[in-house]
Amino acid sequence: MTLEATDCLVKLYEEHHNLEDYQGGVPRWCTGCGDSGILTAVQRLCRDNDLAPERTVFVSGIGCSSRLPHYMKTYGFHGIHGRALPVAEGIKLARPDLDVFVSTGDGDCCSIGAAHWIHAIRYNMNMVVMLHDNHVYGLTKKQASPTSPLGFKSNTTPRGSTLLPLNPLTVTLGVQNVSFVAQAVDWIPELLYEILAAAYKHKGLSFVRILQRCPQYLPKMFDPWLQDPQKSLILTHDRGVRPSAGLAKIYRNQQEHDPSDINRAREIASLEDPIPVGILYQNPDVPRYEELRNAGQLRTADYIKAGLEAEFDKFTIWPDGHDAPAA
Amino acid sequence: MNEVLTSDRPKARAGEAASAKKVVTLDETVVEIISDSGEGAQRCGQSLGAIAAKSGNGVWTVEIIPAEIQPPARSVAGASGNRIRIGSHRITNGGDEADLVVAFNEQVLLGRVRAGELKPGCIILLESMWRTNRNAAIAESYVSTHDQLVKAGYRVYEVPLELECRKLVKDPRKGKNMFVLGMLCSIYSLDLELGREQIAIAFGKKDHKVIESNTALLEAGFAWAEANLDLKYEIPGVPVTAPRMVMNGNTALALGVLASGMDICAMYPITPATSASHYLSDCFEKVGGIVHQAEDEISACAFAVGASYASKCTVTITSGPGLSLKQEAIGLAVMAEIPLVVINVQRGGPSTGQPTKPEQGDLFAAMFGSHGDAPKIIMATSTIEDCFYSVITARKLAETFNMVVVILSDANLATAQQPFPRPTFSEDWLAPPLDQAPVPAGARPYDWDPVTGLKRRFIPGQPGGMYTLTGLAHDRDSHVAYDPAVNEESHRSRSLKLAAFQRTLKPPAVFGDTEGDLLVVGWGSTKGAIEEAVTRLRAEGRKVGSIHLQFIQPMASGIKEIMQRYKKVMTVENNWSDDPKDEIINEDNRRYGQLAFILRSRFLIDIDCWTEDRARPIKPGTIVAALRAKLAQ
Repeated sequence: MTLEATDCLVKLYEEHHNLEDYQGGVPRWCTGCGDSGILTAVQRLCRDNDLAPERTVFVSGIGCSSRLPHYMKTYGFHGIHGRALPVAEGIKLARPDLDVFVSTGDGDCCSIGAAHWIHAIRYNMNMVVMLHDNHVYGLTKKQASPTSPLGFKSNTTPRGSTLLPLNPLTVTLGVQNVSFVAQAVDWIPELLYEILAAAYKHKGLSFVRILQRCPQYLPKMFDPWLQDPQKSLILTHDRGVRPSAGLAKIYRNQQEHDPSDINRAREIASLEDPIPVGILYQNPDVPRYEELRNAGQLRTADYIKAGLEAEFDKFTIWPDGHDAPAA
Repeated sequence: MNEVLTSDRPKARAGEAASAKKVVTLDETVVEIISDSGEGAQRCGQSLGAIAAKSGNGVWTVEIIPAEIQPPARSVAGASGNRIRIGSHRITNGGDEADLVVAFNEQVLLGRVRAGELKPGCIILLESMWRTNRNAAIAESYVSTHDQLVKAGYRVYEVPLELECRKLVKDPRKGKNMFVLGMLCSIYSLDLELGREQIAIAFGKKDHKVIESNTALLEAGFAWAEANLDLKYEIPGVPVTAPRMVMNGNTALALGVLASGMDICAMYPITPATSASHYLSDCFEKVGGIVHQAEDEISACAFAVGASYASKCTVTITSGPGLSLKQEAIGLAVMAEIPLVVINVQRGGPSTGQPTKPEQGDLFAAMFGSHGDAPKIIMATSTIEDCFYSVITARKLAETFNMVVVILSDANLATAQQPFPRPTFSEDWLAPPLDQAPVPAGARPYDWDPVTGLKRRFIPGQPGGMYTLTGLAHDRDSHVAYDPAVNEESHRSRSLKLAAFQRTLKPPAVFGDTEGDLLVVGWGSTKGAIEEAVTRLRAEGRKVGSIHLQFIQPMASGIKEIMQRYKKVMTVENNWSDDPKDEIINEDNRRYGQLAFILRSRFLIDIDCWTEDRARPIKPGTIVAALRAKLAQ
């Protein structure tokens, strides 16, 4: 098919999308919730990459974070608690042509869905996984999560939580086949966007932990980092992200880090103060499960019939009493 | 691998032996071959079944499987092997007690004797090497067991299996089974050439020497039996006029998945379902399908739901405990109206129960397992052939009604082999290509039809169809809705779909007398045994009939009318029900078999049940006794 130049322009215009094309329902998150910043970054990402809304699927589990698909105007799948990753994997294996994003919270991913988290990293399917980590269960009203700080007083830990928090970055970096790990914070929108954009471009499972404020149940949790930019270590690299000149003036604590260095990535992941912000690890060469399994093959009726008849032959008794068809 | 030590091969073939033995013609017979795990009794039994099927006999084989992979040698609980029922007519179940048993040691044999699996006077061919075992305890155990069995009236033949096989191979442990196969070919007048063919198939992928040495053992066994045994039977077969296939239920399920046009099976290993996935893993990818082994049962189901949502209907295969784990994701598929096929190969429960043994214990779990009102289609397979076609039907139903369809098979069908007519491929079996056309303006993702509850499914990739699916209560736009009227409407729509499908079902066919004294109602793998029991009772002049339900939810119209034509109605099920004769059991506290419970609540008829829960297939003779007792009440 050939198109006139003007038709091409019209087509380009038609296929171009604005921010509104990705905006679904009005978010019902609390005022000041970090999820809003993530939603904004994601919508911008879709627009800047001109993703076709009908070929984009946002998958989530259960929790505040998992409402995100409802606020997109793409296809969305708001499933069950902890199972966003298996659902997303099923979608991607069935339809490798779709762009898949996953929103999951610290309870959804690191607690009830922890088994799936580990294995999703192993599968390394091409999708962006956003861990909305606010250190608390919000939707069920303030229970301690696996990433809650030690001593956190919640409805299930009224005398303070007794366990040290789990570190999602070190866990992820410890799993075989890990291919992309980054950390962003909701209060630096520029880097949040840049990191998500890099995650989208990466071919493989991009795991982005996003530290996120919960003004309702942990209002002061991130105050020290908001008040003191030195407490954030900005990871910079040509193959990672670089803050703009303006941002660099505020966040002066920067470190050049080569994202291909997994040992250094693991050291950085373990830092508690300052916290790293940027791309910790990236390896574009890790095989992707959907490609290893040859997903998305065209299967015609003749193709299936031929395979089926060949299998039937293995079990068939022909009228002459022998195993092969009488030729 | 065995090495051939001698080339001194007998050339015996059926009919060639210059034997003057009297040939006894049988209508049917039940043979068991049992050994320690790893001695090849399974392969021997399956080969015998295949040879008989090729000879035009009706065949049903039952695997005898210990729960452990390597149970201790010579243990009563470690019996591994096969039961083969061979007949002149179509055989639909494993039958009653065995007529002839080949045992590789006396301990595994004792296991079968104690389980009541041998007919009085049963012929026993017993490996005799233990008599002279250097371990005095073993020799003593053999001798005393042997004497005990002879005393009990069994016809025991001591066979020097080890001694004879050692003439041909270094390690008879891996070869006795083919010697035994040769013996059985002689005893049942089966064509030895078919035995040779079977060896070529079984060992086809291996070294040619393996085929040669096994063939030598087969021939030696045949010659030994011809020369040393006074046993000669013939079970006339009916010539095969159309191609038939012989396989077990799990293989048939896997082929059904292939034939249904589904693209993906997501599973997690669990007994006894896994062999279906094993075979599917082998054959599915040759035609572009994928078997995804997930990290757990929950993930397998959620994965299948995700794949179904974005593409064609997907299948997940499991057994009891796995079904329990999948229930939440099944509920999501029900709520969001995503097509999904769940195959549950039932095993003994509850909990880990009896993983390798049959039970029909998951009907309630399949129907009511998810929380809330979660209507889904429940169907049960009753023959090997049925296992194949059920999957094709289930896929179609799932996509037509955007529903979850649960197929209940069980460990009995999973491992039983039976011939059935080779299916003729039809393109109608396959799922249509994905609809990727733009969604018409104004169409909504949950536009429930007010009469049928049906709605059109939007598939990612369809322009204009973008919506966010949710497991929360939702309105026609798939928006989260807490409105009471919307909640009611969505419940009603999901429920109506079952009724809409139910209107297309025909009443089940009645087997036996269409009216009379007793109607037996069954479901699943008990069909063959029930119908055989009905046939035997009718031969005694009793007015008995039976129906077997393929769909348990929804249930076809006309069942009540059928029931009303009989004086008594009783289900026969392989699951638990309280015995009314137990001291503290009465009508107020008696728990019924699962199908009986459902029928009683639906039809308000005083339907009785007779159930057996011995974690083995129910024998037709046992059913006959139960029906007689019911008729006598």
